[in-house]
Amino acid sequence: MELIFFFEVLVGGLLAGIMYSLVALGFVLIYKASGVFNFAQGAMVFFAALAFVSFQSWGWPFPLALLAALATMIVVALATERVVLRKLVNQPPITLFMATIGLTFVLEGLAQLIFGTDVHRLELGIPDDPLEIQGMLISTFDLIAAGVAALLVVALGVFFQYTRVGRALRAVADDHQAALSIGIPLQHIWAIVWAVAGFVALVAGLLWGARLGVQFALTLVALKALPVLILGGFTSVPGAIVGGLIIGASEKLAEVYVGPFVGGGIENWFAYVLALGFLLVRPEGLFGERHIDRV
Amino acid sequence: MIYRESGQFKTSYRADQAIFPIPQDRYALFALLAFAFIAVPLGANDYWLGSILIPFLILSLAALGLNILTGYCGQLSLGSAAFMAVGAYAAYNFQLRLPELPLLLDFLLAGLVAAAVGIVFGVPSLRIKGFYLAVATLAAQFFIEWALTKFGWFSNHSASGVISPQPMTILGYTLTTQADKYLLVLGIVSVLALLAKNLVRSATGRAWMAVRDMDVAAEVIGIRILHTKLLAFAVSSFYCGVAGALWAFAYLGTVDAQAFDLNRSFQILFMVIIGGVGSILGSFLGAAFIVLLPILLNLLGHLFGGAVRQDVLSNLELITFGALIIFFLIVEPHGLARLWQITKEKLRLWPFPH
Repeated sequence: MELIFFFEVLVGGLLAGIMYSLVALGFVLIYKASGVFNFAQGAMVFFAALAFVSFQSWGWPFPLALLAALATMIVVALATERVVLRKLVNQPPITLFMATIGLTFVLEGLAQLIFGTDVHRLELGIPDDPLEIQGMLISTFDLIAAGVAALLVVALGVFFQYTRVGRALRAVADDHQAALSIGIPLQHIWAIVWAVAGFVALVAGLLWGARLGVQFALTLVALKALPVLILGGFTSVPGAIVGGLIIGASEKLAEVYVGPFVGGGIENWFAYVLALGFLLVRPEGLFGERHIDRV
Repeated sequence: MIYRESGQFKTSYRADQAIFPIPQDRYALFALLAFAFIAVPLGANDYWLGSILIPFLILSLAALGLNILTGYCGQLSLGSAAFMAVGAYAAYNFQLRLPELPLLLDFLLAGLVAAAVGIVFGVPSLRIKGFYLAVATLAAQFFIEWALTKFGWFSNHSASGVISPQPMTILGYTLTTQADKYLLVLGIVSVLALLAKNLVRSATGRAWMAVRDMDVAAEVIGIRILHTKLLAFAVSSFYCGVAGALWAFAYLGTVDAQAFDLNRSFQILFMVIIGGVGSILGSFLGAAFIVLLPILLNLLGHLFGGAVRQDVLSNLELITFGALIIFFLIVEPHGLARLWQITKEKLRLWPFPH
């Protein structure tokens, strides 16, 4: 019984970790292609989910609302590239980082201005019943979310590996200068990458929105994704997934087995301390690119 | 014409090492200090003192602290508010548990406690760099916030985790009016700012800047990285800690750990970036900008928006705030301090710019 409970917590944690990975994935895409640490990813998740729910509440059918939300995110991505990123080319990373915090405020304000501040319920038609496997209770919703995440990662992998745009993206990620010199249009690539990140944000927003309800707290999900990000490495898609699994599982286990000894409520910081511990051993995260300092 | 040093006329080391080599700068600073110390407390009303100037000064101090760490030593930190919290709670506990200590010593000790905590959370910086470090400092932010709320001892077992410091008493004189508190804050901030200005142009400051510019090269020329980075964390946290203590004692009066959440850290980081990374003056300019901007936006909103609903208004404020930050970063990525520098360069040539 004790062991089954342990595995139940473990599997629950792993599945929850996948949800973190979904958000972390958006960060990784943008960081890889443009070296921008996009703090606005959480706001994008919120924006996408809110847009979708609002379209649905206007009576639009599910596929149409989804497409419209996707179109909205693409518009946001293009506008960001045109108005913010293009003007800040060649600035130090910290300036770009601050600009994305500014962008966070703009997106949060815009989302609530256009779509209202009410908390919306989001029904994806996925049942949230516990499923019994080998005596363990596992949430169906989490399983389906994990499936969606896996699908997304595979799709992104194919996109990066086999399409023309994907190859260009990887080229830019490797070396901006070299990519430019063989004629890859950097600005288009950035716009595309932000649009893809917008798409990932939409998927994350739908799943998280169905879980928590579409509300302002969705923006905080980004804070959950950050330890995943540093643990996996800023530049690695598999890192985001593995990092999510590790963080999710150990967070839940710690909450259950360590939490009671220190008075609970440790989920806010445990992931960060864990990631910090990992970083001390591997400063670029598990799968991050090693950089060599040259004088 | 008026504002220039017309050649190298320094005849003594004293003149060579002056903080403000140009006399006009010196006079301007003395005039500003005199204005701040004498005219402002006499002339300003309680709203200006209590709601604008005191928070402005305290946040300038915190921004100064972060600027030492980020601007001079190049270590990005998102946990400055947590060190403010440490300072606030430490000062509260010193006042509560050791009532015989004078108030200023409480603040000093609170700063030292914050410095010690800062050193602990600064240790990872020896291995972790850049944004990895920034995210790692979030660990400090969340852990300290949690610890201060969770363990009742820190807040003297108050039910809601709120601390309410007793009135401030210095040499038997109790500070009650806003003007008193303003003078105390101004005094502390002035002294610490002078100290920081001197620190960053000393050997220590040069070592910090060497580490910022390239830590491997700094190590090669014989700068002790461990020592230098941890010292930057300690000094930075000391400033943030004192700022936190003042925030609790002189500004709010009652605080809980939520007053020092992540948004506060971001606010301080904004001040540093907008004001100018690696500039003492920039910390003050940035703090003024960030403190005044929401007030201005609010005023403007009330002026134009009699018909606009409150929630729409607050969203518009949020958007404008974000947009202005992006605008500033695009127009002047080096911050307000750089604008001031450019103005000075222009003044030097005025009225005969080639």
